[in-house]
Amino acid sequence: MKVVVIGNGMVGYKFCEKLVAKNTAANISIVVFGEEVRPAYDRVHLSEYFAGKSADDLSLASKEWYSENGIVLHLSDPVISIDREKKTVFSHAGVTESYDYLVLATGSAAFVPPIPGVEKEGVFIYRTIEDLELMIGWAKKSKKGAVIGGGLLGLEAAKAMLDLGVTNTQVIEFAPRLMPRQIDDAGSKLLHSKLEDLGLTIHTSKNTTAIEGDAAITGMRFSDDSSFDVDMLVISAGIKPRDELARAASLEVGPRGGITVNDNLQTSDPFIFAIGECALHKGMIYGLVAPGYEMATVVVNQLTAIANNTPLGDGGSFTGFDMSTKLKLIGVDVASFGDPFVSGDGVRSIVFDDSVKGVYKRINVSADGKQLLGGILVGDAEQYNMLLQTCKNKVVLPPNTEDVILGARGGEGDAGAGVTSLPDDAVICSCEAVTKGSICDAVKLGYETVDGIKKCTKAGTGCGGCVPMVKDLMLHTMKAAGKVVRNVLCEHFDYSRQELFDLIKLNELRTYDDVLNMLGKGDGCELCKPPVASILASLWNEVILKKGNDTAQDSNDRFLANIQKGGTYSVVPRIPGGEITPDKLIVIGQVAKKYNLYTKITGGQRIDLFGAHLSDLPNIWEELIEAGFESGHAYGKSLRTVKSCVGSTWCRFGLHDSVSFAIRVEERYRGLRAPHKLKGGVSGCIRECAEAQSKDFGIIATEKGWNLYVCGNGGSKPQHALLLASDIDEETCLKYLDRFLMFYVKTADPLTRTATWLNKMEGGIDYLRSVVVHDALGMNAEWEAAMENHVNSYECEWKAAIETPELRKRFTHFVNAPEQKDPTVVFDPMREQKRAKEWK
Amino acid sequence: MIAEKTITWFAACSVSDVPANGGVCVKNNDTQIALFHFTRRDEWYATQNECPHRMQMALSRGLIGTQNDEPKVACPFHKKTFSLVTGECLSGDACAIKTYEVKVEDGVVFIGIDE
Repeated sequence: MKVVVIGNGMVGYKFCEKLVAKNTAANISIVVFGEEVRPAYDRVHLSEYFAGKSADDLSLASKEWYSENGIVLHLSDPVISIDREKKTVFSHAGVTESYDYLVLATGSAAFVPPIPGVEKEGVFIYRTIEDLELMIGWAKKSKKGAVIGGGLLGLEAAKAMLDLGVTNTQVIEFAPRLMPRQIDDAGSKLLHSKLEDLGLTIHTSKNTTAIEGDAAITGMRFSDDSSFDVDMLVISAGIKPRDELARAASLEVGPRGGITVNDNLQTSDPFIFAIGECALHKGMIYGLVAPGYEMATVVVNQLTAIANNTPLGDGGSFTGFDMSTKLKLIGVDVASFGDPFVSGDGVRSIVFDDSVKGVYKRINVSADGKQLLGGILVGDAEQYNMLLQTCKNKVVLPPNTEDVILGARGGEGDAGAGVTSLPDDAVICSCEAVTKGSICDAVKLGYETVDGIKKCTKAGTGCGGCVPMVKDLMLHTMKAAGKVVRNVLCEHFDYSRQELFDLIKLNELRTYDDVLNMLGKGDGCELCKPPVASILASLWNEVILKKGNDTAQDSNDRFLANIQKGGTYSVVPRIPGGEITPDKLIVIGQVAKKYNLYTKITGGQRIDLFGAHLSDLPNIWEELIEAGFESGHAYGKSLRTVKSCVGSTWCRFGLHDSVSFAIRVEERYRGLRAPHKLKGGVSGCIRECAEAQSKDFGIIATEKGWNLYVCGNGGSKPQHALLLASDIDEETCLKYLDRFLMFYVKTADPLTRTATWLNKMEGGIDYLRSVVVHDALGMNAEWEAAMENHVNSYECEWKAAIETPELRKRFTHFVNAPEQKDPTVVFDPMREQKRAKEWK
Repeated sequence: MIAEKTITWFAACSVSDVPANGGVCVKNNDTQIALFHFTRRDEWYATQNECPHRMQMALSRGLIGTQNDEPKVACPFHKKTFSLVTGECLSGDACAIKTYEVKVEDGVVFIGIDE
């Protein structure tokens, strides 16, 4: 059988891909004609071309892919006519090909309204990579832009204009609202104001009557007699099916364009199919890629059944397609699913409209409140996948229906239905039509990574929106199969950090090599050395540079300082609670001057000295220790600082002496090695000047004692600490902290802060409280003893380093010229100090 | 015909100057060389000291280890890893580092400089 495909866009390519996959008997030959110079590329993500993606990045398959799969590909060569009687097509370049079956995947062109002046220079359409290249050239000298079209494509084009640097851009929509097909008035209003925040000017109910200018566009005029100056215009007002070839071949077309097809996607000639945006099915043109892919599958199923003379089953008809969409428009989430507008008897709507945060959500629910019929999300579309699945699979809604858009408020448990409640035939990836069942099957077959599942099922390879659900399904399936999701350190250890911690303790291993010999394999690496070294330090409280463990330390720990740009180090002496005497301040100033260091106050109420040469570190520390300072462990995954407010000793509001308590806490836990850095805070009253609730542990004075908060952090994903215990005295507070910290040190994964550790903990803060306060694990006595041991064995590592000759001699840049400093270190002057030279 | 490489050996330091399973930086005129003693494998390696990613003189301070039995060093700055054998970047970047031959005689470590 010979199949000729006219059109090499996304749907035309998908047709080839699916036909190749199903053509196992190799009895179908394929010839493709495409009019563009490139093989099919990803038009959906066209705007990323501006964001730095190349034409190659957008490409769906290389020319080689076609030839490797036996497909003859004619590029830059449109078909100009079809002889249906002789079942032959003729191309522009003179190629003649006969066919058994012909597939029209000619797609669509931009719809250009008949406005006088559209032919002027500076007026563009937005459809192909060539269009984009023309726009890029023109945009360089353009200052005032406009886009005709406030629908999905128009707003994409507006984003393209912003990306091109034409920030003064007006969007002109003929309808009374933006995205009239997808969202309702209220949603549109919100989108409108969000887009205006980004600098776009939006006009609705505006009808362009003329494009003005001589050769090039200079302005636009509208039916309300208004006008404005514009030097670049993009028309993106909709699509027009490419049906001219079909028309010329006397195939039936719709009154407003589109090649008429039946449920089998056959045109009025049964040997000719039409798929994608050129096909008119039941009076509808589908302008999205997912239905186009579905059409490709339907035709592939029919052709392979015919070629192999096998029964067709039910995969040979197209029954319409859900037009649900989710997109991120210029940073604003917009989604609609099911029937977004349905109203009337038997339908109720729940609307959440928060104009402060800029979120609008509407769901339409059946009268009995059990079924989700459709909805709209603007500003926050996180629940889109779940809602779409709930809607499509008619999953019964929970009693408090509003929870599905608002989340459960108070109380426990999941809001509504999770992935587990979906039926097996629920489509998770709508781009590739992959069901929950096939994803779970892939996991059961051993594809236990998201990448593996992507390769095996193709789920998540389209828009990527379903990837979080794919991951959830993978984890659920693995858990249901009784599989522990292995969380091993690296190729040298088949254990998680927690397992290693217990095994090292049980076997009393004390050096990295002993651990590797007994519990691992191979020669180690930068992934397993630091966590193992950290476990050894947590367990045995020995000086970390002890022989055998020195070179297993992460390099900041190895040199007891933080490496900075240019290869010099920074030095942070401990200043417990942020309290420091004038004499000590003077010493820091003197040391900084002597060694020519840049000084800065840190976020943790300490002083950081930057720009120290490696070989100066021991001398600097010798002077600091002489003055009574000790290591601040700024380089280690260990306790950093306990920040305090001034408290009741000076402050007129202070309830207790927060500084004294902070110093006590900091000195108790100094040097404690942990999976990640630890920060604390103590505030003398509820005004919380120490910002203790943003720390791994925070203590706040109350009338009756102290409130203890845990597991907060700043960083990239700030999270407030949660209340663990209230109105407790200092001793109880330290006891709870001992247990909490040891629980964390023992069980967290490498580089996991307490906040993330708690987020992953089943049962959350309630469980943590049951362990730390109520001793649910029966471990508290052991943990308190371990902390006591830590406190008693603490010594300053810098003191040990400068007093031990074989440790001290490692602090040189050149092993064969220890007196010389690295000559490549260069500083630039800045504000009476210096800075590291910018790297290349 | 294979061109003969001329290697000049220079004495870098003594074996005990280099920490076990770690590295040091050796000065050879104006060149900085990172020298590693992979004690676990009883092997010596030498490479340029400069990490080609951000041009930082720091590879000698990096952690060493293996990836699929290939000896490697990780730069302390951004953990880019390089093969100690071929100098190739194992983190997927195009940059590579220069490697040198090493020999040990009577407790002295020699690095071979090819002209």
